Amino acid sequence: MPETSQVNILLVEDDQIDVRFIKKTFQTHRITNPIYVASDGIEALEILRGEGGREPLARPYLILLDINMPRMNGIQFLQELRGDPRLSNSIVFVLTTSAHDQDKESAYAHNVAGYLLKSGIGGDFMNAIRMLENFLVSIQFPSEQ
Amino acid sequence: MARFPEVNILLVEDDEIDVRSIKRAFQAQKIANPMFEASDGVEALKMLRGEAGHKTVPRPYLILLDLKMPRMGGIQFLHELRADPALRDSIVFVLTTSDDDRDKVAAYENNVAGYLLKQDVGDDFMHTIRLLDCFTISVQFPP
Repeated sequence: MPETSQVNILLVEDDQIDVRFIKKTFQTHRITNPIYVASDGIEALEILRGEGGREPLARPYLILLDINMPRMNGIQFLQELRGDPRLSNSIVFVLTTSAHDQDKESAYAHNVAGYLLKSGIGGDFMNAIRMLENFLVSIQFPSEQ
Repeated sequence: MARFPEVNILLVEDDEIDVRSIKRAFQAQKIANPMFEASDGVEALKMLRGEAGHKTVPRPYLILLDLKMPRMGGIQFLHELRADPALRDSIVFVLTTSDDDRDKVAAYENNVAGYLLKQDVGDDFMHTIRLLDCFTISVQFPP
């Protein structure tokens, strides 16, 4: 696998066990992109916008988004993101245990790139990881960003 | 690998040689998803909307979109797609030879899932094909 371009990954996930598991799986698959973690939608927006005295998250970036989180959940986060002219073009994959059609509909209504299930830790999740691996290698981002 | 339900692929591409080479790459990777072809944005919209006289693309589907096409190009197609309540949730990958930043910016403004370069034949293109393969297997499509 050729070296992946330095796409930053913003993992929006409140469950620390899931965060550790996802990071470990990435390492196993030699996905070495820098990973930033936000524990809910509010923190994710702060990181993306560079609030609280920090720089905005450097582009290019890819957002991996959980749905069920305290304070601001994944769908509310998507509403904010798509409503913000500077962030509306972001690429977002949902990564969740929720298989509810309603969540899928809401996510795609906000044009996520894809909806991935965390639950299938066997084959399904491995296919998701392989997909992200190939995604990070193949996807073109605007160079001016 | 089993895919239930089978994801339909709508290839929007005016260049017959590109259509053939993409299909061949899919076959080489043993991607057997049903493939629908539209030669420009106008035809693609008619197929997605199931207009009379056109093949209807059933859900779930994935759109692979060229940018430079006669009648209606890829960016204009994206505008139409995102403005149509029945189609706006569609998943679209751009698949083009254009390395122009303006095209990339315009495509992501319309929330494409990803922007892929066709000119990378060989290894790089195989990553693209493998990406699409894993994508149809792992992604939960709009219900």
